[in-house]
Amino acid sequence: MIEYIKGYLSTGTTPGEAGNLFWATVYILLVITGVSVAVLCMNWLERKILAHMQIRLGPMRVGPHGLLQPFADALKLLIKEDIIPHDADKLVFWSAPVVVTMTAFTTFLVVPFGRTHAVTDMNIGVLFMLGVSSLGVLGIIMAGWSSNSHYPLMGSLRSSAQMVSYEIAMGLAIVSAVLMTSLQTGTGTLSMIGIVEAQASQHTWFIFKFFPLGFLAFAVFAIAMVAETNRAPFDLPEAESELVAGFHTEYSGFRWSLFFLAEYSAMLAVSSIAVTLWLGGWMRPFPSLLGGPAWNMAFSFLPALTFFVLAAGCFLGTIRMPKIPQFRVQTIGLGTFGALLGFVGLVLLVPAVSVRVQDIYWFVVKVAFFMYLYIWYRGTFPRYRFDQLMKVGWKVLLPTGLGVLIATALWGLMPQLSAAITGVLQ
Amino acid sequence: MNPVATPFFFYFLAIMAIVSAIAVITRRNPVHAALSLIVTLLSLAGFYLMLYAPFVAAVQIVLYAGGIMVLFLFVIMLVNLEQNIREYQFNKQWIVATIAALALGGLLAFVYRTGRGVFPSAFYQSYRGLEGDNTQQIGIWLYGNYMLPFEIASLLLLVAIVGAVVMAKKRI
Repeated sequence: MIEYIKGYLSTGTTPGEAGNLFWATVYILLVITGVSVAVLCMNWLERKILAHMQIRLGPMRVGPHGLLQPFADALKLLIKEDIIPHDADKLVFWSAPVVVTMTAFTTFLVVPFGRTHAVTDMNIGVLFMLGVSSLGVLGIIMAGWSSNSHYPLMGSLRSSAQMVSYEIAMGLAIVSAVLMTSLQTGTGTLSMIGIVEAQASQHTWFIFKFFPLGFLAFAVFAIAMVAETNRAPFDLPEAESELVAGFHTEYSGFRWSLFFLAEYSAMLAVSSIAVTLWLGGWMRPFPSLLGGPAWNMAFSFLPALTFFVLAAGCFLGTIRMPKIPQFRVQTIGLGTFGALLGFVGLVLLVPAVSVRVQDIYWFVVKVAFFMYLYIWYRGTFPRYRFDQLMKVGWKVLLPTGLGVLIATALWGLMPQLSAAITGVLQ
Repeated sequence: MNPVATPFFFYFLAIMAIVSAIAVITRRNPVHAALSLIVTLLSLAGFYLMLYAPFVAAVQIVLYAGGIMVLFLFVIMLVNLEQNIREYQFNKQWIVATIAALALGGLLAFVYRTGRGVFPSAFYQSYRGLEGDNTQQIGIWLYGNYMLPFEIASLLLLVAIVGAVVMAKKRI
């Protein structure tokens, strides 16, 4: 038994490839917890960052700087009354949030947080992620229809129209990245780990490959993925000013929180597709330009450094807390949180830990950048009108995606083409 | 790696596919029928996975369950459902349907009886090796050996799209 558990550690592959059930289960549990914690963090960060963008303070009451606000929200949602409308289609109403959450979490099966840090590596990785996340729209349609109410139905109709039209542009952008994987080996790959390894062997992230083609494909994907996750400025399915809350108007309590969870984990999932396909996945910046043991050493300190900076921020906040008895608990709490972050930083300084965790750190940093972009979009862009949304999808993104795909194929064939032309000329 | 094609998974998927397929034709509510059809399609995707064809399984999910069925539901949701549910089923072709089903069943039984030697159990074993680069093999065959049929098929689809646009638009 113990040998079975230890045996995996020396294989250097993912648990799925090694066929190790124990570690696969551990990884699945870790990924689900990690995603849930990330959603909690996103909840707090989004409210805080949006507030600061609008020159407000945001949540400040529950815990120091509102740090416990997500937990308070979760508790509130759990103990809220669970209402099912009288005329709702009970079974479909009940299963819609389950479908949405399950599909959102299932996509994380193939997300490579590192060379060995994925549940499994599939031959069809990207297709699998696209397919399962396209099943999520079914849950939204089910929710909107089964509520038997006007606003949810409108919301889910908008949602399905939007997702179907942006999926095409998204797919074209992905195909042009998959084309790039075939450049050195002759056969491309759809496996998420294979795509990152192709970027490693070609010594470039695909966003910089064939400039500006890689960047254009990435831009098409980055726009389509915001529409695909129903976020501002494409949040028509849940436009508050028009549809109350869109497809989840009739949901309350725990069922509503499942929709919330699914929306944020879907955002994390599409961001990880973008990171894997164009931003080099788990690779650190400049792995070949700034190569060598000295640079490796320098970059290996960054995870710990991040946590130290966060801890320093907490201690700064502790010092700046009002010095009155009412704030004593909050001050102690913030200090403890800072000490915890500092401790995590110290643990990351241990070489054995930092070697194993570095991949995950870089992947998470890149995904976090996308999550910040999501919040930034929400804080800055006004919502599209529906006809504008369709115009952007079909008349801008789709032709751009097609053009980039053809241009990438031609550029990739350049050596063969030029050889053929010179052959004909001679 | 352990084989995925265990009897347990086969019977699990088979029961799921059959039960949901029966639900498709017995449900009065079209939305329920469409949702059951999605379950059928998903269990078919599971069968493709068991046959070591991951690419076909993924395409089944992306195209049928994720794309076509979404459009199906989209249309069905706009139909006046209450009236449909109450309406008397006016289709009287059950005799023809029974004959057709029996003929198809007989054909399947005949193929199973005579073709038993053609598909020995070692058949899968010889194709197991292809699982790793299944997608690559499909790409190479489609764009290499079967280039012309593939292009003709895509041209056919293009004609269908143009035809749909022509029929839907009054003025072009």
